[in-house]
Amino acid sequence: MILEVLLHVLAAVLMITVVMTMAGYSVLAERKVSSWIQGRVGPNRTALPILSSIPIVGPLIVGLGLFQPLADGLKFLFKEEVMPGHVNKFYYVLAPIITLIPAMTTMVVLPFGQMIDPESGQRIPLILANIDIGILFIFAVGSLGVYGVVIGGWASNNKYSFLGSVRSSAQMISYELAMGISVIPVLLLANPPGMEGGLSLVNVITSQDSLWNFVLMPISALLFLICLFAETNRTPFDMAESETDLVGGFHTEYGSFKFGLFFVSEYTHIIVGSGVFVALFFGGSNFLPWLPNPWPSGIIGGVFSVLWFIAKVVCMIFLFIWVRWTLPRFRYDQVMNLGWKILLPISIANLVFYIIAFAVYEKLIN
Amino acid sequence: MAIKEISIGDTSTQASEVAEFQSEKMELNLGPSHPTTHGVLRVVLEMDGDVITKAEPVIGYLHRGDEKLAENMTYNQFVPYTDRLDYLAPLANNVTYAIAVEKLAGLELPPRCQAIRVLISELARISSHLLGLGVYGMDTGAWTPFMYCFTEREKLYTLFEELTGARFTTSYTRIGGVARDLPDGWTDRVIKFCDNLPSVIETVEKLLTRNKIFTDRTQGIGVISKEDALAYGITGPNLRASGVDLDLRKDKPYSGYENYDFDVPIGTTGDCYDRYLVRVEELYQSIRIVRQVIDKLPDGAWYAEEAKQIFSPPKDKVLTSMEELIQNFMITTEGPKMPEGEVYFEGENPKGALGFFVVSKGGGVPYRLKIRGPSFCNLSILEKLVPGHMMTDITVILGSLDFVMGECDR
Repeated sequence: MILEVLLHVLAAVLMITVVMTMAGYSVLAERKVSSWIQGRVGPNRTALPILSSIPIVGPLIVGLGLFQPLADGLKFLFKEEVMPGHVNKFYYVLAPIITLIPAMTTMVVLPFGQMIDPESGQRIPLILANIDIGILFIFAVGSLGVYGVVIGGWASNNKYSFLGSVRSSAQMISYELAMGISVIPVLLLANPPGMEGGLSLVNVITSQDSLWNFVLMPISALLFLICLFAETNRTPFDMAESETDLVGGFHTEYGSFKFGLFFVSEYTHIIVGSGVFVALFFGGSNFLPWLPNPWPSGIIGGVFSVLWFIAKVVCMIFLFIWVRWTLPRFRYDQVMNLGWKILLPISIANLVFYIIAFAVYEKLIN
Repeated sequence: MAIKEISIGDTSTQASEVAEFQSEKMELNLGPSHPTTHGVLRVVLEMDGDVITKAEPVIGYLHRGDEKLAENMTYNQFVPYTDRLDYLAPLANNVTYAIAVEKLAGLELPPRCQAIRVLISELARISSHLLGLGVYGMDTGAWTPFMYCFTEREKLYTLFEELTGARFTTSYTRIGGVARDLPDGWTDRVIKFCDNLPSVIETVEKLLTRNKIFTDRTQGIGVISKEDALAYGITGPNLRASGVDLDLRKDKPYSGYENYDFDVPIGTTGDCYDRYLVRVEELYQSIRIVRQVIDKLPDGAWYAEEAKQIFSPPKDKVLTSMEELIQNFMITTEGPKMPEGEVYFEGENPKGALGFFVVSKGGGVPYRLKIRGPSFCNLSILEKLVPGHMMTDITVILGSLDFVMGECDR
């Protein structure tokens, strides 16, 4: 019993470590990819004394800036902890924490791999907590992140921060609707009638063994992706920190490690969001559509499936970065119009279409 | 009940009751140090939620007193100060200033000098518009066009450095000529730059011109009608975007602009999108002019040789000939000899019509020098243009007006 609990804690710590590292390196990827897109060089000279003096590999990793996240993180830690005089101190400190915690919590129900038990031949999903409400948990906890933005903007006692937080809270709440509705067809497919179902993402992945949902319901996938951009406050929806008019948006008054927390939580949101998107529409840790999973049974197969899942997530992160450095930014009212007048009706129509389609399909089969 | 009876008869009470139900207005201070103000413009906004109801520009944070300074130095000593007017196109300012003073002296310049001046004016226009486009893209949230434009602009600055010795503050013209002749092979490098530039502009256009988000952000925003544009004294691309066909290079040609073939792009609606399109097209037209100038670049003197009391002769002549030594000494100590009189000259600069009004009482120092900064006039419409727009639109409007505070505050 105690061993089992310890194992779970260990897995959780491992997962936090992996996601935090990925967040750090997403920042590096952002800087490096943006510099490649824009014809610049990007971070290329942060070096550690011993590692960088290894013959061929050393200059290569220095050139890729692989030590940069380390330096960035240390910089955030060692900077002076400035507390502006006009802020509400309690909420000012609380806001970055509130932003980070939901982002880290949602990954509990994210299945990041699968393992075939060598003895029984059964498939065991790799997941921290396989709870029935899976996707609902993600929506519920993930949307708590908006509190961090609102509280941060309010506590800063700054008009720019305030405007940024008002905009982003309105936006995040609006897009949750379309996001939630666009996912329902996927859940309908994962829980065919007559079977014991659940909202866990494990079911969704099992239903995608042969065919990915992306092929079957491209409109749902597109809607979910657009809403994901809005939920994570990324360009073209980065109302919260549209730096040309709101300076820095809700984190204008933040510095040192508190800003670092906001920064990390933004990328954690992206990583977890990408993970959810991959699980919902790109088969999670399944190999390729129409092909059986080649993972061998046992731990090795599990590791392979996790790596494959991470590879898919990395591709999604690249998409996020690519879009950010290509597109201009929407205006606040245009974001609202898009969410309420276009995405929401389309997602409802999409849902109705799939409900009818599933019903007809059911009738035809019987 | 009694209160209600009073309010029916008294309209002022009614008005205040209506005002009570309106939301509270917020005052927001934009600038002088703010990413969207491109320098030190300050705009005090009154906002109703996210909608701007009043905008009051506050200028003067970059005031140096250039006009007063000009009264205390010789005509040539003022050339570096013109660099700092529109510091994104110093060469064009140098040219306009020199032509204004030469007009006062009644000087005719040799064709080569005129051609060089047209050439550098157009290169300055390219450099200024490249930055204008890039920053405009950045104001709408697209960073990448900014970097593409900046890369090209750096190449241009390397060419300027070769020509004038400085990348930014060029101070290239002198009264009666230019500081030095074109370096060997420089025109070839300019042509090479011009060959490469269209592909970069096309890339930027691919990212912006037909981008739905970009057009949504800019079309119908900040519309300046023809009448308003004329009434507020707006000049340059901003005026032409409003549909007024006025380009001083075409309508009042100077420095031999009449010898070159180019079109003047005109907008139709006068919104932010039109101002963007006009600037893009002006880039292509400037490239056209640059090619023509280099094609038929005349030989001969690159300064007014007969103007002995105005243009300081080249160094090698000063060191070898007595007459030139005296000439150099007199111009350096007393300044170029100018006749009495006053003159006003406007040149078509990248940002609009830059004008110099020079009053001379003879001697080497102007009695009064007044500068008409196009950015100053272009910004004057801000108070009328901004109200009614959203907070985010102000970045697009300011970006599309493409102003420079160095010129506005002088």
